[in-house]
Amino acid sequence: MQFSEQWLRTFVDPQLDSAALGHLLTMAGLEVEEADPAAPAFTGVVVAQIVEADKHPNADKLKLCKVDAGTGELLQIVCGAPNAAAGMKVPCARVGARLPGDFAIKEAKLRGVESFGMLCSARELGLSDDHGGLYALPADAPVGTDIRDYLGLDDTLFTIKLTPNRADCLSLTGVARELAAITGRPLHLPAVAPVVPSIDARRAIVLDAEDACPRYCGRILSGVDARALTPDWMVRRLVRSGIRSISALVDVTNYVMLELGQPLHAFDNTKLAGAIHVRYPAAGEQVVLLNKQTVTPAADTLLIADENRALALAGIMGGEDSGITLATTEVFLESAFFAPAAIAGRARAYGFTSDASHRFERGVDFELARTALERATQLILDICGGEAGPVEEAVARDHLPARPAVRLRPARARRLLGIHLDDAGIQALLERVHLHVVREGEDFLVTPPSFRFDIEIEEDLIEELARLHGYDNIPAVAPQGSLMMLPSAENRRPVWDVRHLLAARGYQEVVNFAFVEEAWERDFCANEAPIRLANPIASQLSVMRSSLIPGLAANLVTNRKRQIDRVRVFEIGRCFERKADGVPVAGFHQSLMVAGLAAGSAQPEQWGERSRQVDFYDVKGDLEALFAPRTLSFERLSHPALHPGRAATVRLDGRNIGIIGELHPVWVQRYDMGSAPVVFELELEAALGAVVPAYAEISRMPAVTRDLALVVALDVSVARALEVLREAAPAVVREIVLFDVYHGKGIDPDRKSLAFRVLMQDTQRTLEDAEVDAAVSALVRQAESVLGARLRGSGD
Amino acid sequence: METLDQLVQQAAADFAAAVDGAALEQAKARYLGKSGSLTERLKALGKLAPDERREAGAAINRAKDAIEQALDACRQALREAALLAQLAAEALDVTLPGRGGAPGGLHPVSRTLERVEALFGSIGFIVADGPEIETDWHNFTALNTPENHPARSMHDTFYLEGHDDVLLRTHTSPVQIRAMQEHVARHAEREHMPELRLIAPGRVYRVDSDATHSPMFHQVEGLWVGENVSFADLKGVIADFLRKFFETEDLQVRFRPSFFPFTEPSAEIDVAFMSGALEGRWLEIAGCGMVHPNVLRFGGFDPERYTGFAFGMGPDRLTMLRYGVNDLRLFFEGDLRFLSQFR
Repeated sequence: MQFSEQWLRTFVDPQLDSAALGHLLTMAGLEVEEADPAAPAFTGVVVAQIVEADKHPNADKLKLCKVDAGTGELLQIVCGAPNAAAGMKVPCARVGARLPGDFAIKEAKLRGVESFGMLCSARELGLSDDHGGLYALPADAPVGTDIRDYLGLDDTLFTIKLTPNRADCLSLTGVARELAAITGRPLHLPAVAPVVPSIDARRAIVLDAEDACPRYCGRILSGVDARALTPDWMVRRLVRSGIRSISALVDVTNYVMLELGQPLHAFDNTKLAGAIHVRYPAAGEQVVLLNKQTVTPAADTLLIADENRALALAGIMGGEDSGITLATTEVFLESAFFAPAAIAGRARAYGFTSDASHRFERGVDFELARTALERATQLILDICGGEAGPVEEAVARDHLPARPAVRLRPARARRLLGIHLDDAGIQALLERVHLHVVREGEDFLVTPPSFRFDIEIEEDLIEELARLHGYDNIPAVAPQGSLMMLPSAENRRPVWDVRHLLAARGYQEVVNFAFVEEAWERDFCANEAPIRLANPIASQLSVMRSSLIPGLAANLVTNRKRQIDRVRVFEIGRCFERKADGVPVAGFHQSLMVAGLAAGSAQPEQWGERSRQVDFYDVKGDLEALFAPRTLSFERLSHPALHPGRAATVRLDGRNIGIIGELHPVWVQRYDMGSAPVVFELELEAALGAVVPAYAEISRMPAVTRDLALVVALDVSVARALEVLREAAPAVVREIVLFDVYHGKGIDPDRKSLAFRVLMQDTQRTLEDAEVDAAVSALVRQAESVLGARLRGSGD
Repeated sequence: METLDQLVQQAAADFAAAVDGAALEQAKARYLGKSGSLTERLKALGKLAPDERREAGAAINRAKDAIEQALDACRQALREAALLAQLAAEALDVTLPGRGGAPGGLHPVSRTLERVEALFGSIGFIVADGPEIETDWHNFTALNTPENHPARSMHDTFYLEGHDDVLLRTHTSPVQIRAMQEHVARHAEREHMPELRLIAPGRVYRVDSDATHSPMFHQVEGLWVGENVSFADLKGVIADFLRKFFETEDLQVRFRPSFFPFTEPSAEIDVAFMSGALEGRWLEIAGCGMVHPNVLRFGGFDPERYTGFAFGMGPDRLTMLRYGVNDLRLFFEGDLRFLSQFR
């Protein structure tokens, strides 16, 4: 809410300057978001009257004015404004004045004629953007008065960010009441006296939905002049509260809402038929709103209606064809209380909000309607003339909000806040904010006033105590807790280990949005039915990702555009898929994944090794390092994102945990990635496992190694060969390691040579040559029969 | 004819003049070889009388020893010189860069979160996690924000097409509910439930995008529930954390009244640095408060017996302040020129 500091100070004088006042409000929970001066700094500008305005002898577009600026003599001032005319009152910057932007006014010669000052437009004073001509002041503006005083420009526009619980502060009265409570200064509210009716025009009111609207006051005003001008002081206060002046009648309703907090609505009485009903809509009923929007109100939207039709959305917005116009002479003025539950969320459902709905859904003082109606009546009669009929008030007292006393246990307040406040202090604080406090034994029974909608339980009162005591005055203590060590599982490692390991292998962590372009899901994941957002922020952020890989590919593309060709990135984040029995949210599988991408040269620019592009085995090595000492296995895989011959499923302990592979050339080309990056994506959970070491006895016996070169068909995988050899290995074989792969000269073109080193050892004794030979023969025999292998050099 | 002494001197001089092993061996042959001058003299001994022979023989042998010593010394010197020459030839340019790739690094917000976890871990906070597609109930209702509550408009929420009751979580607070329920279920039997202290870092989503807002950003939820947890404790923990996180006592922390449906009393936490570029400016860093009794009840705790505090911090903001980053969007653009600064 925005308001003028000057206006606030008419209710309470806090004896503080603007900055201190702002701080005080902020620390009381009324956060001052902005405090802007009403006008920029300038000096030496007074109200003046143009006495003569003649043509400049040497310039067609300039005028030569004689100006009375209250100095006792007429000033000669050259002026270029098209509207400068004799008799007009305008702001005049006298010689010596300083205008906004530190622009000094001096004596000057304009086209050969001396000029002693400057007549100003609103823009030249920084008051508005209007520079169509001089700022025309009212005819009764006193000549010679400093314009800052005359227009009240030494004012600050406060914007406070009110939390939803403090609806009582959505008015000047409310803020002033709060300020008075905090500072202990007296509060002066405008006196509102009932207007004695001078005509007997009435309109009956029927409360058809007493729960939703338990009080409705209305009155007819007749013979009003809707074209009357709103007085300057009211326009100024409205404008400084961020509300445009529209017409006197509308301005009064807005003014009273700002002043007291009661939203009002003015109907053109001649357009109403019979009694006013506050009711729910009939099926299919429509209302054309003031903002020209036609709505078909939902069944739970409260309406104001007459005998024939729906007129307005109660507490939200008036109707287009029952509202006042400049031709209106008879007004039916509404001042009602609508229950928050009947208004909350409704405006939002129609796609807008209004000052009225904003207040009603948070809670308007339910005892205020009549006072506000009287206040508005008086202002309308003062400004627009006319006569007032009697107030009609329909009230369902049983349905007005209840204000049951809330029990406050001082001991609990002290315990929850961690402060020592004595009982008398507690009572005094509560009474300062108009809470009615009664002692009952150890406790207090506290009754909130009708304007507070946020005091329902003990904690609400404790919050008030904390606020009034001052959050600053609550000590910050080092807490005491019962000391217990946290569990530390050795067979798991923190996610930080995974991050640091990948970083140590050269990968840079990124964080990408979880919503992505639909095309990515289709291209990289073959996902034709992604999880769509109902209200995406942009079309390229419209579906939830089911893989981290497209995001990493996009990182590659953007970095390549910035001339970075060597890219190694990883991300740890959630991926989303549909799953009927998903846990913990049914319908969705949302698991944490870790994914990486490597592109460009295997090493950064360097001198020491032959430069080459990163390949599948580099990244595979990274994964093996990430999981060591646990061993991963890899199986050929067909995947929409990946090169069909260079992709694998990653398996751990017999379970698929992810994928690795070179990106499919089609996508590499389509997304302009240069050379094909190698990517991986794994379940993070699998990477968090760790091995608790178990000791095995170290053999003191000598080990024997034998090398074994087997020639096999090209399509025999190393994993398969190792598997076969290990199955056939007698107990003395401790380790079989691949140390060379050869394919080329000297070997049949559709075969390759795999060289294994076989390590044999017994824990108890030295192996005999015969045993070693037998073991090797067993391995060779098995390789020959299962893999079709031949020992290299044996006839190849 | 030369004296033996002259011979020895001559030999030593010849040896010293040898530039390499071969020259030295040639010089040696001139004295000790088959027809070397010393060998010749030994051969000539037979012509002498026996008593002269003994004396002369001894003198020749002394000379031979001396020559051999000179020879060894020169051999040694040549070996040393050869080694030195070899070492000199093997010298490297030690200023050439070492082999091996450059390391990558953690995302700057990860750096922050790792420190946040360590700091809170040091006073017994565990790390909890929760789903990012969340039920409306966990995200709002159980946090005391029923349908139509005006506070719902404080969060512009992403919804999923075809689902009314699920959304992208707007804050990490729903983890509170899940963690409390789990804690109570695990310890309900015990007369004194252990305290629940947790933080829950994670990604959250709001329909908002400009220079200071990202539709996806990070939050760290904190929760401490026990039998005697007070607002003063909350102030103490937060102030302690901020001073340790920024590694300075040169920091003002203020708590100012605010409103969240799930805490009461509620506060916004502002910090102001007493030096540096942001000196004296209050910067909003977190929201916090005492857990609302309704929320404790939804979590399974009896609010009469247990009290607690909760907070929600913005680690993106913490990171920006800590490292002087001035644009939130940089965190989510994957620009290696930016990210690699945090290695």
